[in-house]
Formats: sequence, structure tokens, C-alpha cells
Amino acid sequence: MKVNEVINAKDLPVMDFDGIIIGGGGAGLRASLQLAESGLNTAVISKVFPTRSHTVSAQGGITCAIQSDDPDDDWRWHMFDTVKGSDYIGDQEAIEYMCSEGPKAVFELEHMGLPFSRTKEGKIYQRPFGGQSKDYGKGGQATRTCAAADRTGHSLLHTLYQANLKAGTKFLNEWFAIDMVLNEDGAVVGVIAFEIESGEIFYIRSKATVLATGGAGRIYASTTNALINSGDGIGMALRAGLPVQDIEMWQFHPTGIHGAGTLVTEGCRGEGGYLINKDGERFMERYAPNTKDLASRDVVARSMALEILEGRGCGPKADHLFLKLDHLGPEVVHKRLPGITELSKTFAGVDPAVQPIPVVPTCHYMMGGVPTNLNGQVITVKEGQDTIIEGLYAAGEVACVSVHGGNRLGGNSLLDLVVFGRSAGIHIEELMKQGIELKKASFDDIDKALERLNRLNSSTKGEQVPVLKQRMQHNMQNNFGVFRREDLMVKGIEKLNNMRGEVENMFLQDKSSAFNTARIEALEMQNLFEVSEATAITANERKESRGAHARDDYPDRDDEGWLKHSIYFSGTKEVSKRDVNNRPKTVQAFQPSVRTY
Amino acid sequence: MSAVIPVSHLQTLRMNIYRFNPSIDDKPYMQDIDIEVPTDKDIMVLDALHLAKVKDPSLSYRSSCREGVCGSDGMNINGKNGLACIMPLSEAIKRNKLTLRPMPGLPVIRDLIVDMKTFFDQLEKVQPYLITKSKNPEKERVQSPQERESLDGLYECILCGCCSTACPSFWWNPDKFLGPAALLQSWRFIADSRDEATEERLDDLEDSFSLYRCHGVMNCVSVCPKGLNPTEAISNIRNKLISRKGS
Repeated sequence: MKVNEVINAKDLPVMDFDGIIIGGGGAGLRASLQLAESGLNTAVISKVFPTRSHTVSAQGGITCAIQSDDPDDDWRWHMFDTVKGSDYIGDQEAIEYMCSEGPKAVFELEHMGLPFSRTKEGKIYQRPFGGQSKDYGKGGQATRTCAAADRTGHSLLHTLYQANLKAGTKFLNEWFAIDMVLNEDGAVVGVIAFEIESGEIFYIRSKATVLATGGAGRIYASTTNALINSGDGIGMALRAGLPVQDIEMWQFHPTGIHGAGTLVTEGCRGEGGYLINKDGERFMERYAPNTKDLASRDVVARSMALEILEGRGCGPKADHLFLKLDHLGPEVVHKRLPGITELSKTFAGVDPAVQPIPVVPTCHYMMGGVPTNLNGQVITVKEGQDTIIEGLYAAGEVACVSVHGGNRLGGNSLLDLVVFGRSAGIHIEELMKQGIELKKASFDDIDKALERLNRLNSSTKGEQVPVLKQRMQHNMQNNFGVFRREDLMVKGIEKLNNMRGEVENMFLQDKSSAFNTARIEALEMQNLFEVSEATAITANERKESRGAHARDDYPDRDDEGWLKHSIYFSGTKEVSKRDVNNRPKTVQAFQPSVRTY
Repeated sequence: MSAVIPVSHLQTLRMNIYRFNPSIDDKPYMQDIDIEVPTDKDIMVLDALHLAKVKDPSLSYRSSCREGVCGSDGMNINGKNGLACIMPLSEAIKRNKLTLRPMPGLPVIRDLIVDMKTFFDQLEKVQPYLITKSKNPEKERVQSPQERESLDGLYECILCGCCSTACPSFWWNPDKFLGPAALLQSWRFIADSRDEATEERLDDLEDSFSLYRCHGVMNCVSVCPKGLNPTEAISNIRNKLISRKGS
């Protein structure tokens, strides 16, 4: 059965697995490793060869209190920093779990062969990152981010892929998942997916499905994200009637290379680099007198945006700032930051050991996502009550277990994905031990998951993908960027509203079946659009400034009204609130306080 | 990207691209696609491909990170393998021409997309993962900075396939000669002070094809987009094999 035919559920060939993992990045590969090692019949469905996943682009490191740099470091200090960084809407039970389990997960990676940089004593090298402190913010800057030069994501992803090869994981590489199949009880029973090369399409049944599809930074015109970051899991969840949480929270990384958008790690500032404006002033001293360039990312990004708005930007258009590293000397720059040396030369034409790098805040990370519990089980909210969706898990950037809340700390994304990829794997393992059967779905249930593919395949006219994508990306960039305000957002929401029909009825000109990237891009565009609309509507609804969500019209944090998660369903387009978990198991909860750096 | 460029700063570039769609074409052909590129700034070959795809959406190629770290878009650019996303037009265009073909030596699936199965099969043969026999310590395995340094130039490989598909020995015996990428990975683990399977790894390479079909042509070195040196890795393995025999 080929992907370019009009397809009926009853004709569809079926494949069966105990567990399937959609996405071959860090979270997916950590989950699959757990399952493969326990001998379960598992498959990873990845639209790209796994080492092409976006985890590969992570640079600076994985933050964790492994006590390499400082023998007195404490995961509770890391927890404090993360809660504060989240602007208090990170779930403290989840953050407690991540920070306390972290060392185990990091040492596991080292045992698998991750080539961490080393200290003189041969321990894992750690560098300072933004928002890190000792002694609950009272002991000055901490040095907590474990690094493999500035290629930590590359090293981590390749190591996990290698470990999966060793464990014998089954890979369905270059397969694309279209939509999940839910049965009449609302349980997830599998997914419709096709092999991109041949165009052969299948109903893949599974007892457990893990969404590990990563982020969706491509909703913005300027992003550090890979071209493949199209929020496929978010699209699938929303179309299945499941909610997303805190989706308005988008991190703008302070240092994307001006013009190209490619990332320059925060590790540059961790190693002693700093930002300057056109007057050569180290302006972060004004905005964050204590931590300066190592304040939280949201704080640095906003400060940079203000510098540019107030006319102190660099270059002929005064539209960027400079990241200065040359004072560190070529030894540090080339040894500790070889990857960014390469990127700066390629994309900015500068050698950072000699000249500063032109940078600008650039969309980087989706803090929100599909809400889950600590086991990675996906949660929906019914009449104000959390309800577990049977058969469905999520981990990594697509998920919102909520360890990042309103703003993620640098180095916490890699930790998030290994810790919660692992915990989802462990939970599925235990579930399988209890023995569960594959659940049935009706042909109607399956047909629903085929709907958008069939519509695309029968299209005879309509707008083309690149046109729609560009329109959406500019809308998001202009109306939902670093600073937000109601009139612009209302205008932006209206534009999206007007686009929905066009996006659902796009024209796929090339209907061939074999490695048709036009079909993939059309399916991805629909996912991106779901993320855009969810972001736009929720951003307008959260009438306060918190974390990465900064509003000119509501400049203050409103703990009375909004010390809450936002929950959004695309069916009703309504936003509701969900309580933040302030019940850690082994420590006292950290109370919200004024957030200064 | 095209939208932000003012029209006055554009010039036409003729791209000459290898085309083959297995569901339509009996055989491959070369197609000219004219695109408008900016004169006042350099763009990458991948950006040019995006512009060409807007004109002809059926044009197919792989891409992901667009910054030279994921290894998706290896292709043959004016006769030399490289990554489209980090190859500026100013460097790529020769005599006002830009010819793009799939990487040689592997079956073409469609247009610029090759079937990399053979490439990955060869990689898997070298057991590209850390093998340890001793019990894992509670914390990390200790490794000195010097020991770790011996992995530099090895662990950075992005598996793009540029090297192996530029290697005549690999073209000739893709199923028997492991190729530069796989051998670089083999050395990456032999060189790792934490790995405890050096002897077995060397045993597996003791035949006339797996390693010894490398004739030092050094195409791998000249095309590697990450500046790595598989030939050196191969000769390091050779030296190990020889010194092992001698002792």
C-alpha cells in the first residue's frame, strides 16, 4: 500500500510492537535503549537517520551536580536554580526528580562511552552556565555543566545511537508518522506511518507509544532549530484532542549568529566571553549586576532586545550585538570552543579568537509541550482533573513534565531528555512485565488518523507549502517574539485564523510516492501550524510577564492569577489553568520570590 | 530567506542538477534550474537548493541541521563531495557553474538522495560502541586529559558519507572494504583508553579486504567537511596490527 493512494483503514497492512518510540533524538534513544535492553519488541520510528536529529546541535553541555568541579555541589542547589529559572511555574516534584536522578543518568552516559572533556584528575569537565548558583543563590556562581568540548549534544546523541546498536534496537529510519490512532476509550493504540524511501504505509500497533519528536522552533522565521523541528508530536497530540501546556513559553537564546540563526553556545560566556554594544560597553553589568552575562537566558535576551531597541545595536542597521571572546586567547577558544570557532567562520566570517561574533536573540527552545507525569505518561485535563492517557508517553522537548516552566536553564535540556527518556522506558518496562495486550481500534478510528494524508493526496488546487510557511513564520516572528502586546497578538491570531483553511487544504503538486520530500514538508507544515496557533492564543491569554513571556502591556508577574500552567485544546481553542506542582518529596518547596540575577 | 532580499541585488544562477524519480523516470538526467541569488551576500549551496525547490517542488534532497553537524546533506558539488549547508556559493561555483550530483558509489534513491545502507552496514561491522569488561565504577571511568585528547579528530565524525563515497577502494568493494568512515570509528574506539576490546577489534580487521584495501589515495581527507583524517586513523590501525605481529 503506497502513501500516494487514497487509503482505507481496512486495506492497511499492520505491524505489531510492544513499544514504539516516535523520534530518534536524545529522549527517544534513551527510552528505546531502556526497552531494547529489557528484550522488548521495540522500534524507533525516526523521520531522519537518528544522528541527524536536533539533539546533535546541542553544544555547551548537560547540567548536573556530579561534584566534579566542586565536591560540595548539591543537587538541591541545582533544583533551586531550576525552580527560580522557571519563574516558579516549573513543577517542583519533577525538578527534584531530574536534579536528584541526574548524576546517575550522566554517569551512565559516560559508561556508554560519551567522550566528555576531562579535568586534570581525569573526571568529567564542568563549566559555568547561566543561572547557576551555589548554596541556594547565596554562594556565587556554580560550575555545573558537564561538557564534551562544545559538541556535547553531538557526543551524547552518537553515544546513545551506539548504545542502541549494541543493544540491538530495531530502527525504522526515515519513516514518517502521520497521526496517532486512538480507540473509542481514548487510549492510544498505535500510529499511521510510512517508509519515506518506498512510500509503503502501515498501521503500526503498539502497547505503548512514546512521543519523542522534539521541538518546533521552525514556527519562527529566525531560529537556531534544525529544519526538521516541526513539532510533529504536538500536531499529533492536538489533532488527537489532547492538550498542550505552557506552549506560549518560547526561549529566545541570547546568541544566535546574526543573519544565519545558528547557535553559539552559552558556554562561550561560561568560559569568560561577554556581550558588548556598539559603544563597546559590557551592558549586562547594568541589567544583572551580580551574574552579568551569566544571568538567565530570558533576562539576557530581553536586555539585548532593549539595547537594540534603544539604538545601541551594532552594525550598519544597529540590529545586533557582539559576543567578545578574543580576550580569552586562542588556546581557550580553540580547545574549549572548537565547534563555535567553525560555525563563526562559516556563518559570520569571523574567527572568534580574533574578532567578536555578531549575535542576536534567536528562537531556540519550546518550554511547553504535551503534559506528562514523572513516568512520562501523557496527561489530559477532564473537568479540572488530571487524567492519564492510556498507551501514550512523551519525553524531551515535545513533553512538558514541566522542569523548565517559563524559562529553561542552559544545559537542562540534555538532562531532561536523558532523565525522562529513561523514566518513560522504565515505566513501560514495568507495565510490560505485568502483561498487557494490544488494544483494538475500529476502522473508523484508523480512518481518522488517515484523514489529512488522504486530503493532501486528493488536492487539486490550493496554496503551496513554502508560501504558507513563510507567511506563518513572519507572523510569529513579528507578533509573538521577545516582547509581546495585545494589539499585535490579536492581529497575529486573526492572520492565523485566516490561514487555517489554506493550511488544511494545501496543494500537493508532486504526488509521487518514493522519497517525496514535498509531501513530508506539507505534513510538517500542518504540524507547525498547530503549534503556532496554540502559541499565539495562549500567549495572548496569559496576561502577565513571566519567564520568557514578556508583555509590554502586563509587565509584572501576577502570582495571584497566573502562578499556573496554561492548558490549551485546539478543538475549542480555549485556554484553562492547571496547578503547578509544589510538592517535592524530599525537600521543602521553594516559594516564589522576586527574581533577580 | 528569499523574501528579505531586495530585487535590485539579485542575479541569476543556473544550477545543473542530477534528477531521477524512480516512480516516473526510466533513467537519470541532468536538469538546469535557474534561481535568483543575492549579489551582496554569500549563501550556501543548501539555500540555493531551497530556492530551486520553490521552483520545482519535486526536487528532493536530505537536510536537517543546516549548520554542518548532522551530516544529512552530503552530495557531490562540482565534482567534489561536501555538505551543501556549509558550502558557500562563492567557493562552490566554478566557471560560473554549479553542478550537483548525488554522492558517487551508492545506489541513488531519488535525485540527490543516495541509499546509505551499505555505508551503515560497514559502520556496524566495526562495533562502533564502547566495549568494557570490567565492572562500571559508581562514578565516571577516569580518563586523563591526554588520553581524552587522543579522541580529538575522531569523535567528531558526523557520518555524512562524503569520505567513503569519494574512495575508489570503497567504490570497488563496498561490501568488503569497510571504508574510511567505518575505519575512523574503529580507531576512535581502539584509541579510547576506556575500551577493553582492542585485541578483538584488531582481530576483526585481520583480512585482506576490511582495512588493507586502503591504498592511501587520501580522497577521504580532501573531502571531509569536518577536517578529519581517516587515512591517518587507518595507518594508526595498521601500525597496531604490525606491532602486534612483531611482539
